[in-house]
Amino acid sequence: MKRAGFTTRWLPILLLLPQLIIIAIFFYWPAAHAVQSSFYLQDPFGFGSTFVGVDNYKDLAGSGEYMKIARFTLVFTTLVTFFSLALALLLAVKADKVLRGARSYRTLLMWVYAVAPPVAGFIGLIMFDQSWGPLTELARSMGWDFKLGVNFNDTAVAMVIVSVWKQVPVNFIFFLSGLQSIPKAVREAALIDNRSATGRFWQVTFPLLAPTGFFLLIINITYALFDTFGIVDTLVKGEPGNNPMTLVYKVYVDGFRGNDLGGSSAQSVVLMVLVLALTIFQFRLVERRIHYT
Amino acid sequence: MAQVSLQNIRKIYPNGYEAVTSTSFDIADGEFVVLVGPSGCGKSTLLRMVAGLEDITEGSLSIGDRVVNDVDPADRDIAMVFQNYALYPHMTVRKNIGYGLKNRKTPAQEIERKVDEAAKMLNLEPYLDRKPSQLSGGQRQRVAMGRAVVRDPALFLFDEPLSNLDAKLRNQMRIEIKALQRRLGVTSIYVTHDQVEAMTMADRIIVLNEGRIEQIGTPAEIYHSPASTFVASFMGAPPMNLLEARLEGGQVFVNGGTPLANAQGRGAVTLGIRPEDVAFDPAGPLDFHIDIVEELGAHRLLHGQLAAQNFTMHVSKEVAAAPGAVRVGLKADALRLFDAETGKAL
Repeated sequence: MKRAGFTTRWLPILLLLPQLIIIAIFFYWPAAHAVQSSFYLQDPFGFGSTFVGVDNYKDLAGSGEYMKIARFTLVFTTLVTFFSLALALLLAVKADKVLRGARSYRTLLMWVYAVAPPVAGFIGLIMFDQSWGPLTELARSMGWDFKLGVNFNDTAVAMVIVSVWKQVPVNFIFFLSGLQSIPKAVREAALIDNRSATGRFWQVTFPLLAPTGFFLLIINITYALFDTFGIVDTLVKGEPGNNPMTLVYKVYVDGFRGNDLGGSSAQSVVLMVLVLALTIFQFRLVERRIHYT
Repeated sequence: MAQVSLQNIRKIYPNGYEAVTSTSFDIADGEFVVLVGPSGCGKSTLLRMVAGLEDITEGSLSIGDRVVNDVDPADRDIAMVFQNYALYPHMTVRKNIGYGLKNRKTPAQEIERKVDEAAKMLNLEPYLDRKPSQLSGGQRQRVAMGRAVVRDPALFLFDEPLSNLDAKLRNQMRIEIKALQRRLGVTSIYVTHDQVEAMTMADRIIVLNEGRIEQIGTPAEIYHSPASTFVASFMGAPPMNLLEARLEGGQVFVNGGTPLANAQGRGAVTLGIRPEDVAFDPAGPLDFHIDIVEELGAHRLLHGQLAAQNFTMHVSKEVAAAPGAVRVGLKADALRLFDAETGKAL
């Protein structure tokens, strides 16, 4: 087979250049800048900066508050990822079986996708409003005095609920299309081979959904770590003091409220390394066990 | 092993489309029955109703002594081989074959023994630990077969199992499936649109058209005495020649001229003759103009016009043939007459 190629050397470079420039300016340059400033102590008023070596990192490692936020982020990410995947899978499996009015049913499940995170946070504020939020009243009717923005745990619960609610539609769409791409005959063969619907789901459907699930796992962890910023910001707006926050929100709070650019840069470098490690771990360990058809 | 009985089975889809009109037939224990017909004739729907993958709108279906209309597919004691094999892509060949047994609480040793036995029978032993994606089409087909035979069911269902294979492999697998079914003696229903498969494999053929049974019979009956012009033109390659003819004074004429056969009645009829029942005959009653000679090695097919209608004739390799006009005769006892309007055999 003849391979298509370029006759000149500069043409492929020219064609790649816009993409390379975008990556360099918007990804590598800020990342490099963050790494660099994580070794400096910036003057809060922007008059200069002092090289302090790894002091910013030492401060982080010694900070009990930072560790507490890291633990919360871990729990938050785990809960959001688990519940948004599990709920979406449940809804997708059920929606896949709907025969009549399937289209409108699916649309109804999808449209939260169009809500922006800060708006989702704002809807959360309304739902959990102290005096007239319907979800606050529901909690109260069950004897739970729900206090958004006051009680650490209550605020955390609201954050998880709103984040999950926002993410379920995306997962739902992917799971549904994943389910529909499983050959009909394979499911029918399973129907003849196994009388238990639960058994069929876990032994045939679920393994065949694994590529979709793996992709969504990465997307959801990334979402819970980073994209929930808008939701966290809306829910704890004004008084981050006693409220739960994620590592990303902490970067923002320290950098732009506390004017500690060096410390916040060190935090973002830590996050960068974390994501890198996570990605390598996932591809090395998880993906190997997954069957791609 | 069991006999299968369909009583007035109908399938009407929710949109009102009647895929299978009231259909009844019985299949004897150990019989190999082929459902054949063009696409959309309802043959797959019928098979899927027997499998339990499709609801039965009306009628009753029994396998063995049991009415199974409302029985789950897994409890019908059937095994099915699908057109695109429907193997579980994430399981090895061994697990694919053993999956049905495992879910029926068969002891692990027993499963192992049966899977090995099936693999041996189907020459799959070297591939037991491979995934389906590492197998060729023919091997996948064998795994699908293995999955069916290992369970030792009462009834095999085949849904066009060979149509994804290339021609050579198809011929080979056709013989293998037939031999396997003979050896195991399991009652089988086989769906195909390929009339060669139907002719070669069936004990009995059921020809379907537009959701109705056109004819039920042995391959020889179907071939030599088609019940309608549909069966005549669907079965056989090339199909039976169908000529417009007239019935007058107890005799059949094509395009006036010499009477060809004696028959009761009068008016327009369709005359059917298989291509191999036509012979060169200088004193024959008909003019055949040969347009194309199709050389097939063992024999030749001559295509052309007879009484201004398309006509095909089959001659053995010893008979020389060239385009041009010839006189031909028709074998009298091979002539079949059909009603010109309904197409039913007279």
